[in-house]
Amino acid sequence: MEFISDFFDYVMNNWSHLASLTLDHILMVIIGLALALMVGIPLGIICFKNEKLAKVILATASIIQVFPSIALLGVLMIFFGLGFKTVVVGLFFYSLLPIIRNTYVGLREVDENISLAGKGVGMTVTQLLLKVQLPLSLPFLLAGVRVAAVIAVGVATLAPFIGGDGLGRDIVAGINTRQADKIYAGAIIAASLAIFADITIGRVQKRLET
Amino acid sequence: MIVLKDITKKYDNGFEALKNISLHCNEGEITALIGPSGCGKTTLMKLINRLNNPTSGSVFIKGKDISEIDPVELRRSIGYVIQQIGLFPHMNIAKNVGTVPKLLKWDKERIGKRVDELLNLVSLDPETYRNRLPSELSGGQQQRVGVIRALAADPSVILMDEPFSALDPISREQLQEELVRLQREIKKTIVFVTHDMDEALKIADKIVLMKSGEIVQHGTPEEILRHPANEFVEDFIGQKRLKRYQGIPPVSQVMVERPITVTPNRGLAESMRIMEDKKVDSIIVVDEKNHLLGYVTVFDIVKAYQNEDTKIKDIMHSFNTTVNPDTPLTEAIQLMNKLQVPYLPVLNEKGLLEGLLTRGSIVGYVGSEYHSIKEGVV
Repeated sequence: MEFISDFFDYVMNNWSHLASLTLDHILMVIIGLALALMVGIPLGIICFKNEKLAKVILATASIIQVFPSIALLGVLMIFFGLGFKTVVVGLFFYSLLPIIRNTYVGLREVDENISLAGKGVGMTVTQLLLKVQLPLSLPFLLAGVRVAAVIAVGVATLAPFIGGDGLGRDIVAGINTRQADKIYAGAIIAASLAIFADITIGRVQKRLET
Repeated sequence: MIVLKDITKKYDNGFEALKNISLHCNEGEITALIGPSGCGKTTLMKLINRLNNPTSGSVFIKGKDISEIDPVELRRSIGYVIQQIGLFPHMNIAKNVGTVPKLLKWDKERIGKRVDELLNLVSLDPETYRNRLPSELSGGQQQRVGVIRALAADPSVILMDEPFSALDPISREQLQEELVRLQREIKKTIVFVTHDMDEALKIADKIVLMKSGEIVQHGTPEEILRHPANEFVEDFIGQKRLKRYQGIPPVSQVMVERPITVTPNRGLAESMRIMEDKKVDSIIVVDEKNHLLGYVTVFDIVKAYQNEDTKIKDIMHSFNTTVNPDTPLTEAIQLMNKLQVPYLPVLNEKGLLEGLLTRGSIVGYVGSEYHSIKEGVV
C-alpha cells in the first residue's frame, strides 16, 4: 500500500505541474476528436448515400485503426515533425473509424417510414438529412464518440515519444528514472479521464435515447 | 381533379407493377384504392406525389401535368398520411403538425395558430398535447396527429397510405368515423389506400378495386356491392358482406337447387318409391331437357294407383305461377302467401327448371342468416 501514499505525496507536491499536463492532454484529445467529427460525419453520410464508397471508406478507416499506434505516430512525425500538432493528427486518425462507422450505422437505422414521411411532406434531401435523419442517428453517433474518446485518451499518453506533452510526459519520465510515483500519477489521472469521458458521454447518449 | 392517364410502371427486373391504368378522382371525394397486397395500389398512389414516377403515361392535378412540377414543391402542396403513422419521434406534436408550414416558411405566429386550430379539430387539447413527444401519445392519438399534419398547409389533395392499419380495431373505427365527419367539413380530394373492404365501404365515395397492376372495377360502394364486375370482386367483397349490403337476396340464393323430379312417362309405383325415398309429398314433372311440365301430389297417385297403366303425365297438374332466379325473395314470399301454395318453381329465361323455392328452404335461409348475425360472423 506504500504506492498509494507515494502517489498522493507526489500529486500534492506537483499539482500545478500535473494540472498543466492534464490540460494539455485534454486539449489534444478534444481537438483530435473535433477534427475527426468534422471529417468523419460527412464521410459517414457519404457511406450512407453510396454503398460502394461505403466499403472503400470503412475499409480504409479500419486499416488505420489496426495500425499500431506508436508506429502511426512515428510515421506522422516524419511528415509533420515533432510536437503537439502531430499528436493531434494521430488522435484524429484514431477517432475516425468509430465516428464514420457509427454515423453510417445510425443513419441506416433510421426508420424507413419516417424518412419516407419526411420526403413525402416535401423535404429536400438536405432538409431530410439535417432535420430528421441526423438528429435521429445522434445516439449512435455519440456511442462512436464515446469509443473514440476513450481510445484517444489512451493513445495520447504516447505523445512524449514524438515531442508532445500531456500525461504521457510523467509516465515516460517515471519509466526512464524508475520513479513509480510519477508513473502512477500519469496513469491514474489518464485512466480517470477516460472513465470520466466514458460516463459523461454515456449520460448524454442515454438522455437522447429516451 | 386528379387524372391518371395510360400509366404503366415497369421495374428494371421486368416486373410490371402497373399496366395501362387510367383513373379519375373527383374533387372533394374520397377515392379508395383497394386490392390484395402487391396489386399496385400503393405504387399507384405514390405516383401522385412523385414518390414514384411512371414508366409511361402522365398524371394531372387540376389539369396540370405534374411531371413539370418540382417534386419537392409538389409534395408540399399535397397532404401525405403514411402507413405506421410516421411521425418524427424527436419532434414534439406542435413541430410535427407544423412541419409543412415551416417548410413553406410561414411565420411562427401563424404556424402556432394553425397548429392549435388543427389539434382542436381532432379534439386534442393544444395546452396538453402541444409539447408532448409522439411516444407519449396513444396509437390513435398519434395517427390523429398524422392526419392533421397532412392538413396543416390546407392542401386540396391528400394521400393516405393505409393510415389506420396499425391501430387496434376500436381506435381504427373511431378514426374512420372521424375522417368521415372531418371530410364533411373540409371537402378535400382524398386518395386512400387500404386492404380492408369494410374500411373502404365506410369512408369512400368511389372504390377502385385493383389486381396485379390493373383496375378490376371502379365505382361507388353501392355499384360495387350490387354489381360486382367478376368473381374476383365478389370474392374480395366476400359473400357475407354481399348478402348483407345487398339486403334482400334473389330467389336463386334461397331455392332448393336440385328438386325431386320425374319424367312424364314414369309409372306411379316408381314415382311413389322416389317420393317415399326423399320424403316429399309432391314431385315436379319435367321432360328430359328439364322443361317444367307440372307436378303430382301423393294424393293424386294414391287415387289413381289401382290402374297399372296410368303414367305420371295422365294425372299431373300444371303450374299457374312460376318465378325467375332474380325475383327478390320478398316478392316470391308474398306470391306464395297470396296463392296459398307450398312451393314455387324457379325457371330461367329458357323455361328450364333451375330450382324450387319451398317453405323449408326459406326457413333454412332465414335461420342461417340469423345464426351468423348472432355469432358476429357477418
